[in-house]
Amino acid sequence: MEQEQHHSEKYHERHERIWFMFLPPFVWALHLLACYLTAAIWCAKYSGSANSFTTVRIAIGIYTLLAIAVIGYSGWSGFRRHRHLAADLSHNDDTPLDRYRFLGMATFLLAALSTVATLFVATVALFFGNCD
Amino acid sequence: MKPDDMDSEPSNLISEQDRDSAEYRRQSAERLLKAWETPRGWRYWSAVNNSEVGLWYTVASFCFFLFGGVLALLMRIQLAVPGNTFLTADQYNQIFTMHGSVMMFLFAVPIFEAFSIMVLPEMLGARDLPFPRLSAYGFYSFVIGGIFVCGSLFFDAAPKGGWFMYPPLTTSYQPGIGADIWLLGLTFIEIASIAAAIELIVGVLKCRPPGMRINLIPLYCWYILVVAGMILFAFPPLIAGDILLEMERAFDWPFFDPQRGGDPLLWQHLFWIFGHPEVYIVFLPSVALMAMMVPTFARTPMVGYSWVVLSAVGTGFLSFGLWVHHMFTTGLPGISIGIFSAASQAVAIPTGVQLFCFLATFTAGNVKRSVCLHFIFAGLATFIIGGLTGVMVAVAPFDFQAHDTFFIVGHLHYVLIGGTIFPIMAGFYYFFPLVKGKQLSERIGRIVFWLVLIGFNITFFPMHITGLLGMPRRVFTYPADIGFDTLNLISSLGSIILAAGFVLFLYDVVRPRRNQPLSERNPWKAGTLEWLAQMPDQPWGVRTIPIINSRYPLWEQPDFVRDVDEGRFYLPDAVEGRRETLVTTVIDAEPIQCLRVGGPTFLTFFAALFTGGFFIFATYHWWLAAILSGLIAIVVILTWVWTGTAEIPEKEMKDVGLGLSLPLYISGPSAVGWWAMFITMTADITAFVSLIFGYFFYWTIHDDFPPQPLPGPGVFWPVTGLVLVMIAYGLTLLSRRWNRAGYTSAFYLSLSLAAVFSLAGGCALLAGPWLTGLDPTQHVYPAIVWVLTGWTVLHVILGIIMQLYCLARRAAGKMTDRWDADIVNVSLYWHFLALTVVMTVGVIAGFPSVS
Repeated sequence: MEQEQHHSEKYHERHERIWFMFLPPFVWALHLLACYLTAAIWCAKYSGSANSFTTVRIAIGIYTLLAIAVIGYSGWSGFRRHRHLAADLSHNDDTPLDRYRFLGMATFLLAALSTVATLFVATVALFFGNCD
Repeated sequence: MKPDDMDSEPSNLISEQDRDSAEYRRQSAERLLKAWETPRGWRYWSAVNNSEVGLWYTVASFCFFLFGGVLALLMRIQLAVPGNTFLTADQYNQIFTMHGSVMMFLFAVPIFEAFSIMVLPEMLGARDLPFPRLSAYGFYSFVIGGIFVCGSLFFDAAPKGGWFMYPPLTTSYQPGIGADIWLLGLTFIEIASIAAAIELIVGVLKCRPPGMRINLIPLYCWYILVVAGMILFAFPPLIAGDILLEMERAFDWPFFDPQRGGDPLLWQHLFWIFGHPEVYIVFLPSVALMAMMVPTFARTPMVGYSWVVLSAVGTGFLSFGLWVHHMFTTGLPGISIGIFSAASQAVAIPTGVQLFCFLATFTAGNVKRSVCLHFIFAGLATFIIGGLTGVMVAVAPFDFQAHDTFFIVGHLHYVLIGGTIFPIMAGFYYFFPLVKGKQLSERIGRIVFWLVLIGFNITFFPMHITGLLGMPRRVFTYPADIGFDTLNLISSLGSIILAAGFVLFLYDVVRPRRNQPLSERNPWKAGTLEWLAQMPDQPWGVRTIPIINSRYPLWEQPDFVRDVDEGRFYLPDAVEGRRETLVTTVIDAEPIQCLRVGGPTFLTFFAALFTGGFFIFATYHWWLAAILSGLIAIVVILTWVWTGTAEIPEKEMKDVGLGLSLPLYISGPSAVGWWAMFITMTADITAFVSLIFGYFFYWTIHDDFPPQPLPGPGVFWPVTGLVLVMIAYGLTLLSRRWNRAGYTSAFYLSLSLAAVFSLAGGCALLAGPWLTGLDPTQHVYPAIVWVLTGWTVLHVILGIIMQLYCLARRAAGKMTDRWDADIVNVSLYWHFLALTVVMTVGVIAGFPSVS
């Protein structure tokens, strides 16, 4: 009972940051937009010079590293929340701890999906060497 | 008393309160029923209760579905044989345009909102959604707009530019009012859709029953949250596009005219930033329906709840990264195509995950046969076929070949009918008892199912082949002997079978059922709250607002139904005769307020009527009538807000039962009104950002944009406007603070000054382009500057109206230092307005000097 009370304080919803769960897909969206805008603006404004596309590729590489770093960090912390203090890994119960762990799991899964989707988009820069 | 402590045995805890006597229960039920009574006679149409409005909304959107279906049949008759003269080319153009527009805007999106308005409160164990009158307003707007748009077909005046209205076809080659009807009529309906989205988001976040933490909410609610969120970000770009296109059509502002610097591709971007998420906006609610039905028929909880949540949220996000795949053939750089092709492939992952969860649930459970299940399986199979052809067309080289052929028609109908219509049919069979208290016929249902499934496949499968053979879409006929004849005839015959299925279904829905016995309660033995409903259902939503500690309370909480029926939870009574429901916190659903919601009124109808008048008169360029109608709409809406919101209660706290007392009035970020304002303004700022996107789009395609030497609007006037509006913003925030601190005269002074500064700021903003003589018909640069300025000034005017409203409320004693929701919400509006002004001035005055 004492432990339960301790939990309901420690995992009280006022400490919860629900937007953290949406951070990985949001970073994916930023990454997609950054890649697209960089490529589109570059191709519209500077497509004349032949070797210049390397700049776009480097830019996309940097965006991807940054994005994966943030997504990876959120995924890792989500995973740790999911595994937090748990004998079994379900989170179907009506306790603040289960809710805390559920949001961790959701963050982790979204981070995994966002990683795949981000790499999908980044791969394109490996195949395309110019604007045509 | 915290709900956590309550969930073991609620019945013991309230026994001390003398609420156990049968007499008390009867009286409290009577009082509750009186408060929630549906008006009778002609006043019935003043009802705002979610069960009434949701039902009207569902019926109306289903009628539009039937209308769209008839249009489809006309097209199939025309295409049955080569060289057919059943329809003229012009009629055919109108019909295919209306078919697409009706099915998307008047059926697919509204039916989800309609249905959610109807069942969401029941699923959440709530009495109603937080803004019932807003739902009613949305419904009337939808019906008025829908009838206006559809009616045009009978006067040979319908839009004929395809459901995506591409310029320059719709600007230079279609002088009639068809495109205007589409642009203005559907913008009106989109506003109604956004209204419903606000209602649903706030409903899911703030009106859950105590104990329903975010890890316990029904999967349907997760999907609703995602879809409503998507509407907020998807519809505004289209509204922005509509504004630009209508300005070009009505006033010759050249946004899409290449000769004056415009570009038709901008429309395609704006349209598809809406249009692709739209596909998922249409599809996800149907998955949501399946997510409710699958566990019921498998008799076991959903396998992988978190994975389904992942799918819903993941699909919602990824669907915004796909829009360019509708534009593969417009000559974009290869790398842009590649980026969006990759994103289009990625969306298959979350889409697949949820289907695997459903299949796993079936495998884990003990499946019960029913027509619902037939439709679910057919839906899954059909959708997978459509999904796979979708992956094919996401591959750009294949898309180059298949673009604008019947292959696409086949693909999209597999996705939409499989992914949307079949689950909706299943939903009709499943939820019908909840609405009518009686079941649809399983026997007729099986015949309907086979007719629809067979008819559908015969109609649409051959289209893939016709398309690969090269038959283009949207062409009213084809010559004989080039290989299209037989396939088209087969498609047309199939469509008759499909139609027969729907006619039989319609018969089953409307046939008299006087002799049919009432359905048993919870006929499918489901585990979620909506099946607490009695047969036939009562208007109160739920007898008492329960405490939840499981995802399937009807399965897992002992004596749950009895405790609800006997009124043993929260708010079992309506002592003051008011309509009340609980507001809870977003994450853990702790009760924080007893919310009083609005009752029956005709104000919402008149508000919708005159809002509609504004759009409809504007279509015919009857500007005076349009402006007059718009002004009346504003007056009616202000009356509605004045009389129906932020009412000062007769007491601070109310006993809601189980020893809990809750405030009747809260303001600020915990209040539903604050959330509604926040969400509305998020949508609003998205539309504005879409206009800004337009500005920078022109910058990317032109070497001299902004043109040199700069024709306007200069730096002085925009910056003066910015400073004045920011002073007004600061004064508005101060007035909120001074009001709360009880400095009454300081409040009046600062808010009045704020209104004056706002007015001056608005004038200064207009002075920029006006005094520099920017002519919006000359070139796209002045046109986009005027649009950004106009948008901003319009919002400043709204800000002034709100400031004056707060002054009047305070003077009338309807707002005080203690009851200050009005000024708190207006301040929130002003945060967004300040952001808008900063961005506008930054772009129109700042960007030309840095670029």
